[in-house]
Amino acid sequence: MEHGGISWIHLIGLDRIKLPSLGPLPFLGEMPEHMPPYVANGLLVMGLVILFAVLGNRQLKKTRDPIIPDDRLTFRNVLELIVETVLKLLDANMGRRGKEFVFIIGGLVVFILFSNLSGIVPGFDPPTGNLNTTAALALTVFCLTHYFGVREHGVKYLKHFTGPFLWLAPLMFPIEMIGHLARPLSLSLRLFGNIMGDHTVILIFFALMPFLIPLVVMALGIFVAIVQTLVFVLLSMAYFSGAIEHTEH
Amino acid sequence: MLKKAVMIFLTGVFSSLAFFVTALAAEAGAAAGEGGGEARMWIVISAGFGMAIATAAGAMSQSKGLTAALDGIARNPSAAGQMVTPMIIGLALIESLVIYTLIIAFLILGKF
Repeated sequence: MEHGGISWIHLIGLDRIKLPSLGPLPFLGEMPEHMPPYVANGLLVMGLVILFAVLGNRQLKKTRDPIIPDDRLTFRNVLELIVETVLKLLDANMGRRGKEFVFIIGGLVVFILFSNLSGIVPGFDPPTGNLNTTAALALTVFCLTHYFGVREHGVKYLKHFTGPFLWLAPLMFPIEMIGHLARPLSLSLRLFGNIMGDHTVILIFFALMPFLIPLVVMALGIFVAIVQTLVFVLLSMAYFSGAIEHTEH
Repeated sequence: MLKKAVMIFLTGVFSSLAFFVTALAAEAGAAAGEGGGEARMWIVISAGFGMAIATAAGAMSQSKGLTAALDGIARNPSAAGQMVTPMIIGLALIESLVIYTLIIAFLILGKF
């Protein structure tokens, strides 16, 4: 369900960018003429995140003492809070090897959190409220799972799919394949359904009773945005640690 | 005894509601009039009932999880933080199953 009306991308003009026509692509068919709204919103969120990162880096260079934090709520404290939260999550869920995954997990946390929360601010359309964005995120996690598994184990990564005994392999292999293929499906559908459902409910409440009731629904929307980020990232960390684990029989 | 009476009463209420829903949907389908009216009636009924069943099952499962978390917090209030986090994650995962049903309902209703 589209926002229908005007949002920031229409005012900035991001939706009028003409895409280059490459002709029909192999599996995807024709490309659209103008940039689709979910891509434009995703670019907007990415621009915001990059802006925060650049400003934070400049703040980092300007501090006199990097160990003692500021005593007020400054920009640097907020960014340090985000990074510390990501590091604590990684430490709790992935053990010793957690530090290698800071970039992918931190990127997922910041992008999904900012784009979910941008749905609560009026005038923005959350990019994760569209199946294309969430499917892209879930497919990234899926491909990275197998990349980390192959990088860690080599060809022996296939042993993960065979189950406890080798003669069970013809039975276990299809079951494991189906289980693995269900992962990006469930990740993408969960995030998409939650954010689109919340956005739809907020719009319906605005149509019914615009005075004070939408505030309650928007508070629920903020809560759901944070929880869905947490669930997505926790499941990704569980998949990564499942791929790189060394099981002792 | 009272619980059994309540269960029988609720079953009677819901099964009689099924007749009303069919009557309303048949009227809406007849008002639409074309050959797709009959299929549209079944689509609307299944979307509504599927959503209701999924929500009921999801709410019962979430209440069981919530009960267990609250029991744990009551036994050991100082460890409440470590019990709230898995509870929230569990609730979100159960709710995602209900949302899969919502997506199917939207798909068959054509409102995507």
